[in-house]
Amino acid sequence: MAHAPQSNFENPVVNWIDQRLPIFTMMNKEYGSFPTPRNFNYFWNFGALAMFVLVTMIVSGIFLAMHYTNNTLYAFDSVERIMRDVNWGWMIRYIHANGASMFFIVVYIHIFRGIYYGSYKAPRELLWIFGVIILLLMMGTAFMGYVLPWGQMSFWGATVITNLFSAIPVVGESIVTLLWGGFSVDNPTLNRFFALHYLLPFVLLAVVVLHVAALHITGSNNPLGVEPKGPQDTLPFHPYYTTKDIFGLTVFLIFFASFVFFAPNLLGHPDNYIPADPLVTPAHIVPEWYFLPFYAILRSITFAISLPFTDVVLIPAKLGGVLAMFGSIAILFVLPWLDSSPVRSARFRPIFKWWVLLCLVPAFFMLGYAGGKPAEQPYVLIGQLGTVMYFAFFLLLPIIGRIEKPLPLPASIANPVLGGNAATAK
Amino acid sequence: MRRLRTLIAAGAMTIAGLTSTALAAGDAPLPPAQTWAHGGVNSFLSFFKGYDYASVQRGFQVYKEVCSACHSMHLLSYRNLHDIGFTEAEVKAIAAAQEINDGPNDQGEMFTRPGLPSDRFKNPFPNKQAAAAANGGKAPPDLSLIVKARAHHEDYIHALLTGYTDAPAGFELSPGANYNKYFPGHAIAMAQPLYDSGVTYTDGTAATIDQQAKDVTNFLAWAAEPKLEERRRVGMMVILFLVFFAGIMYAAKRRLWSEVH
Repeated sequence: MAHAPQSNFENPVVNWIDQRLPIFTMMNKEYGSFPTPRNFNYFWNFGALAMFVLVTMIVSGIFLAMHYTNNTLYAFDSVERIMRDVNWGWMIRYIHANGASMFFIVVYIHIFRGIYYGSYKAPRELLWIFGVIILLLMMGTAFMGYVLPWGQMSFWGATVITNLFSAIPVVGESIVTLLWGGFSVDNPTLNRFFALHYLLPFVLLAVVVLHVAALHITGSNNPLGVEPKGPQDTLPFHPYYTTKDIFGLTVFLIFFASFVFFAPNLLGHPDNYIPADPLVTPAHIVPEWYFLPFYAILRSITFAISLPFTDVVLIPAKLGGVLAMFGSIAILFVLPWLDSSPVRSARFRPIFKWWVLLCLVPAFFMLGYAGGKPAEQPYVLIGQLGTVMYFAFFLLLPIIGRIEKPLPLPASIANPVLGGNAATAK
Repeated sequence: MRRLRTLIAAGAMTIAGLTSTALAAGDAPLPPAQTWAHGGVNSFLSFFKGYDYASVQRGFQVYKEVCSACHSMHLLSYRNLHDIGFTEAEVKAIAAAQEINDGPNDQGEMFTRPGLPSDRFKNPFPNKQAAAAANGGKAPPDLSLIVKARAHHEDYIHALLTGYTDAPAGFELSPGANYNKYFPGHAIAMAQPLYDSGVTYTDGTAATIDQQAKDVTNFLAWAAEPKLEERRRVGMMVILFLVFFAGIMYAAKRRLWSEVH
């Protein structure tokens, strides 16, 4: 007992374990008495919701993997066997398919909350960066998961997206061959995608552990964006936020279950109920809805970038699109350093607040809309406008931080919360 | 509460945005909306609706006597027909009416035998190539999932089956193609399959083209989403429980937080 403090649990078994491995002490410290800002709004539920969806995806996914056949000849029919002959298979598959959508809905709101309330700012930059890595892993995992049923959209989505890598100069074609395991999307592609689709969620889980560990070092941000200054500003996580999180989770589950049980194919595409056919290209190849904003950015670079006054093409349109698409995620990594304002919460940032609500949010919806439409006018223009707004949001943050005059910050969390509605009514 | 409302509004906007994704293209008009007893496989507001099994059974007859000449339904077994109201004896008889290729036997020979309830619906063609060769180079699509695999689902299938007309003046129809109002591009290889009294229903229903189209669409909807009723039934219980539990949790949360607000 040189390092661990003496445990004082009433249950002798718990005590015995805790003295040897203080997991109960840790759980109590991190989830029991953990001091949490008292003024969270419901946006702060979404981290817990994301965790719940991740676990749901892993559990439902493992059951699906028990019945799925990872071969181009049998994959489609094995999924249908799950839908028809496996006990509760239809429910497990609809939970998993819609769970992917739920994961992105929850995570996009979680990211919006982080941006709006400045949760990425010091000292939480690393916490934010882990979050962006989680987003990237989610995207890779979801993309490969959509390929597994081996329907038409699976196949053609995989073909289009993997082909993007061919835009990389010199090594692009080799990378694509490596991804495919051959010279087209085929059985080797399906095999490696299945292997990676099983692997990546556990990598994701590990990064989530880091994300949560970093959170528990810095503590949570809150809607006011001012750090707790003492016990009057915080509440123990349990029972206050466990109760609030479970209530929020139940409401979210009503939303989730509505899709699973009453509209399980609403977010999917009819073409994915047609088995993959390399000889028949669908009229419109669209990715899953949660990729549409990024797909729109990809497609909005319709022009090559040349040396001025010459015909020397520096960046062909395809490479430009790929760079813009990856850039739209990469820029999130440097967000903590782009934003020059010392004030976190948009509530006290009169310009930033509307900059988020009238530039970033509309850009996201415009891009999502344009991404789902065919590549023709006016959709291309809407996508291009959305792309400009999306990047402008980030690139003008250094200037906004400088010219903006923030409102006076409250002295502490407890003051405005307990001192009436002045600050919370916003 | 205000922020909660903002959240809900944001969610509604998201869904509205998502569902506008590009679906089937082409110059074909929208299929007219029909009334389906089960509300449609993709219908959200049909919590208590189920299949019209008399119609589904008639639809199976249409499939068997008309569609199955060219279209396979390889995801269905004869035993599944039990679920739409055929008795076990009827299922056995329906299966036994088919000659199924089986084997190899102990002597290494292929042989034929009467079908069993556990057999998949017999494919009209021995393989995909034969199906393509017999149909102008393109195999007729398998119908197991057709209702879920087309935009507008039941309405589209019904519209397609009833949408055969003469080609308008000036429309170039290649040989072997037929004009269909609702088919993308209008030139469809499938000849008009349904005719008035093309089948004879045993329950006395008048076998108009429209009636046959409705019946076979109902059958195909059931084939594509056989767990629809179970899904909605379980869903109602899940939602009821969750609403109840959300109420309890909200009360618990309110009571707990009233001490610190």
